[in-house]
Amino acid sequence: MNKELEKALEQRILILDGAMGTMIQGYELSEQDFRVGHFDNHKKPLRGNNDLLSITRPEIIKEIHRAYLEAGADIVETNTFSGTWIAQADYDLQEAVYAINFESAKIAKEVTQEFKDRPRFVAGSIGPTNRTASISPDVNDPGYRAITFDELVQAYEEQINALMDGGVDLLLVETIFDTLNAKAALFAIDQVYETRGERLPIMVSGTITDQSGRTLTGQTTEAFLISLSHMPLFSIGLNCALGADLMRPYLQILNDKSPFAVSAHPNAGLPNEFGKYDQTPSLMAAQIKEFLDEGLINIIGGCCGTTPEHIKAIADLAKNYSPRKWN
Amino acid sequence: MELTLKLSGLEPLLVTKESTFVNIGERTNVTGSKAFLRMIKEGDYEAALSVARDQVEGGAQIIDVNMDEGMIDGKEAMVKFLNLIASEPDIARVPVMIDSSKWEIIEAGLKCIQGKGVVNSISLKEGEGIFISQAKIIKRYGAAVIVMAFDEIGQADSYERRIEICKRSYDILVDVVNFPREDIIFDPNIFPVATGMEEHNNNALDFFRATKWIRENLPGAHVSGGVSNVSFSFRGNNKVREAMHSAFLYHGIRYGMDMGIVNPTMLEVYSDIEPALLEHVEDVLLNKHSDATERLLEFAETVKGEVIKKEADLSWRRLPVQGRLSHALVKGIVDFINDDVEECRHLFTRPIEVIEGPLMDGMNTVGDLFGSGKMFLPQVVKSARVMKKAVAYLLPYIEDEKDGKSSSAGKILMATVKGDVHDIGKNIVGVVLGCNNYEVIDLGVMVPADKIIKAAIQENVDAIGLSGLITPSLDEMVYVAKEMERAGLSIPLLIGGATTSKVHTAVKIEEHYTKGQVIHVLDASRSVTVVDSLLSQKKEHFIRELKDEYSRLRAHHTKHRLAKELLDLDSARKNKLNLEFNESSISPPNFLGTKILKEMDLTEISKFIDWTPFFQTWELHGKFPSILRDEIVGLEATKLFEDAQQMLQTIISERWLEARASFGLFPANSVGDDIEIYNPENYSEVIGVQRTLRQQIKKAKDQANLALADFIAPKSTGITDYIGAFVVSTGFDIESRIAKFEAQHDDYNSILLKALADRLAEALAEYLHMEIRRKYWGYAEHEVFSNEELIKENYRGIRPAPGYPACPDHLEKIELFKLLNAEQTIGVSLTENLAMYPAASVSGWYFAHPQAKYFGLGKISTEQVKDICHRKEKNYDVLLKWYNVILQ
Repeated sequence: MNKELEKALEQRILILDGAMGTMIQGYELSEQDFRVGHFDNHKKPLRGNNDLLSITRPEIIKEIHRAYLEAGADIVETNTFSGTWIAQADYDLQEAVYAINFESAKIAKEVTQEFKDRPRFVAGSIGPTNRTASISPDVNDPGYRAITFDELVQAYEEQINALMDGGVDLLLVETIFDTLNAKAALFAIDQVYETRGERLPIMVSGTITDQSGRTLTGQTTEAFLISLSHMPLFSIGLNCALGADLMRPYLQILNDKSPFAVSAHPNAGLPNEFGKYDQTPSLMAAQIKEFLDEGLINIIGGCCGTTPEHIKAIADLAKNYSPRKWN
Repeated sequence: MELTLKLSGLEPLLVTKESTFVNIGERTNVTGSKAFLRMIKEGDYEAALSVARDQVEGGAQIIDVNMDEGMIDGKEAMVKFLNLIASEPDIARVPVMIDSSKWEIIEAGLKCIQGKGVVNSISLKEGEGIFISQAKIIKRYGAAVIVMAFDEIGQADSYERRIEICKRSYDILVDVVNFPREDIIFDPNIFPVATGMEEHNNNALDFFRATKWIRENLPGAHVSGGVSNVSFSFRGNNKVREAMHSAFLYHGIRYGMDMGIVNPTMLEVYSDIEPALLEHVEDVLLNKHSDATERLLEFAETVKGEVIKKEADLSWRRLPVQGRLSHALVKGIVDFINDDVEECRHLFTRPIEVIEGPLMDGMNTVGDLFGSGKMFLPQVVKSARVMKKAVAYLLPYIEDEKDGKSSSAGKILMATVKGDVHDIGKNIVGVVLGCNNYEVIDLGVMVPADKIIKAAIQENVDAIGLSGLITPSLDEMVYVAKEMERAGLSIPLLIGGATTSKVHTAVKIEEHYTKGQVIHVLDASRSVTVVDSLLSQKKEHFIRELKDEYSRLRAHHTKHRLAKELLDLDSARKNKLNLEFNESSISPPNFLGTKILKEMDLTEISKFIDWTPFFQTWELHGKFPSILRDEIVGLEATKLFEDAQQMLQTIISERWLEARASFGLFPANSVGDDIEIYNPENYSEVIGVQRTLRQQIKKAKDQANLALADFIAPKSTGITDYIGAFVVSTGFDIESRIAKFEAQHDDYNSILLKALADRLAEALAEYLHMEIRRKYWGYAEHEVFSNEELIKENYRGIRPAPGYPACPDHLEKIELFKLLNAEQTIGVSLTENLAMYPAASVSGWYFAHPQAKYFGLGKISTEQVKDICHRKEKNYDVLLKWYNVILQ
């Protein structure tokens, strides 16, 4: 385990970065940006496959990381949300998985090393993939599965190895809407750690999809926590789908029950009718202040729609608070 | 920090020191349940899911799933079943226990569950190496584990061996594997006691002591076990077995057993075990005397099915009169009601005040007790009988007084719809509403829509309740709704009866009645809350919620409706069941032709009664006979059973009912999906054709798409096969008796008689089927089965009934009745919607092929409906309504 990271977690509320996709959108990139120098002759359109930018336009990704670190983030997430062959299969780019993860980890690490004031960390982002192990995509056949546990384990192992080769400090299994996918990720992590003889801290973060308080696959927050507690986690938390205000009741449950640190990276509110997030940094910070007042949180950041301004507002606020006590 | 076993399905399950005993459901286990095995073998996963659902609804906190059977692909079945469970939130809410002796099945199961489940089980049987590697993998999947007290030498059978193996297993798990202590559950082997072998005398005690040792010495670990094993040597004597299970658990829990696989229907309430029996059982369990076994065996002989007689306690007669009225109402005692009412009448200035005062107070108490689950339906019906008698006594005095009009909570019109004769449920609802101060106008059975609407307008009722049992009544209810709409009514419409459902109401009825609200009422106990809400201030809110719920149901239904893939008819037919037809599977009947039996022996028939459905009629749920000892409803079930036995004696001795049967055995062959029935005198003359329907649901491989015709040899084989047909009834002369009860305001006995007549008709069908097998057809001359075995259908051959799952086509009754000339010969007729009259009747076909079995037809396509209409030479549009319910 990373001693500096452990110490930082005990001493203060750690700040996670904000949205990657929202920032990339701001650059108004063309198809060419996603191909240049590496995938020029690829048959399928690649615009929108954001993970590729770590290879084709690394300076942009580095600039985004840098903006978040300047805003006060302690941890930045690698640009690898879709870095499994399962997600890349949509683009016929299963081959690119290693490079995506390795390069993303490498550039993120390079940027964190520019900051000397205090230790900054890189979390390897492990997304949920676009297939679910617990739900059939075919309503006619509820017993069918588009992906198996074994395939997920294999895909995650490939991603994890590349992230670790690239030098990440911890792993973040995030936006979990199907706990079985996440269990496959933890299974893969455990196997990789055993093989490599090295154990990085693990953050997991689930997604409560709406105010029913359940994940997409139907678990309550507490059931979700129990289902993933078999590994010694660095933290467990929630991200995406909800804004900070709506996420609060479920964070209270985690605060109450979790034997691990608790994290949150909510969206900047709910999307407006155009699918854009328009919650201002100060509004979001005001809602997050409630978590902090209640002492629910150890790690806080932002998900969809958040920008360095949001993270700065949150970081400025959080430094006045002490972290949640647990154990 | 306290170590807590935390499991999860969609919801958490925490096993703490404070939690009560964790009950593990055992019925989704092919090694323990023949019925479940059959479902899995036949690929009937829908039925298998309902077993799981029943268990969860019945209180199982974990469900054990076991697919270890040589004839099935256990891994495939485990994966399929767990994947299907994942789509059923009402099952998936509890954690799963993956139960197998095969590691590959366990691992396949672990890959399917998103929650934290339990593996059942691993052990040191094959050495430490395998034990460690399996434990490591289980931990990686995030499951808890059951560890059997088993090692390289064998299963632990003494206290010392149990603790030795458990300690060794625990140390390896904790020290080597780093397995969470709280996730370890030991099964230290429950073995039978009282086997007659001395070395078994300590079996229970050793388990208890080992349990205690584990809980004290292995921190965090839990203890579980399969309880029914302990009473193995008392198979057949459920009274002793139930007492043993209960006493075993009582002590086991005190010694620290905190979870277990228990069949809740085989459990007596510990405090209810007769002291003498309990003493004998505990002597054996705790091995208190060397001859404890002999003594229990001896005693067991005396407790087989004994009934205890009680003297009536009359101390309540010393209460003041209002207290006596209340007591009589709550206890349902009619014996003194006239005297008490008379006495009470003098305490008030006006007779009406007796009703509005003490009688209504008493009924309110009854309503409250029923509403809170402290009284059960038979009691409420008895209370209503007391109330009605009291009111009848007062009525002349009230009429003398003229202006004495009592105010009711509301007026409800009730009717069984046109074409249907079944009214037990409707009558029960009427009684329950009556008890709650509603005025019930009952139009009886076979009531056409116009009559319902006319009466509703005339009487200015507050709600209309429709009832029906047979599936065509569903369409009739839709028709009534449409007619109400046309008549511009806005009166709430309540829908009830065995084949009705919330989904049908939401999808098929509600849209036709827009001016008023349609509500499905599940059973009598819900009727009061529904009507109360409808007529109260909360009405708008209630209706809004209802509308929301129904529209959700409709949306869900539309989504789910697509959930089944149907084969086209041709492919379904190609996948028919191909049986062998030869001398061993076809036995020529001893008797051919038709036969009429009248004035049959009711004493004999009554021995064949299946009592479980009788209790269901009264909304008492549980299996007979254990329901009589059920913790919650046992007492009331016993009283009801005693009343039923008494009435049964009277029915027999005073010949209240007559049992008649008409049956026939005929040569037959299948032609496609039709069965041609031939004249026994002249095999080339077709005297009837049964048109069967074929399953179209896409089946698992090796599973056929069945039609009843598959059980009869095809004509093309040139082999002569046979089929039987029957109509039986025990409902003759029932009306005059019912009328007498009703004249005495005695709904209780009226409903009781109808329910018994229904049971007798079913019993007669069972009895006749046995006679057919042993005598008339004679293919099983020497068969001997107990009533339990008959109820479980252990015999060869089936008797599917038109209108039921294997042949849901009610129209086939027409052919059946014609073949047997049932109306002329024994006086059973068909209504316009093909309900049998008298209601207490059963009809069906006999199939004798050893592999003939019951199945559910499921949904069929328009193509097949067109096909069968064509085969019947009838117009599709005319017949379509008969097939609506089974049409996808």
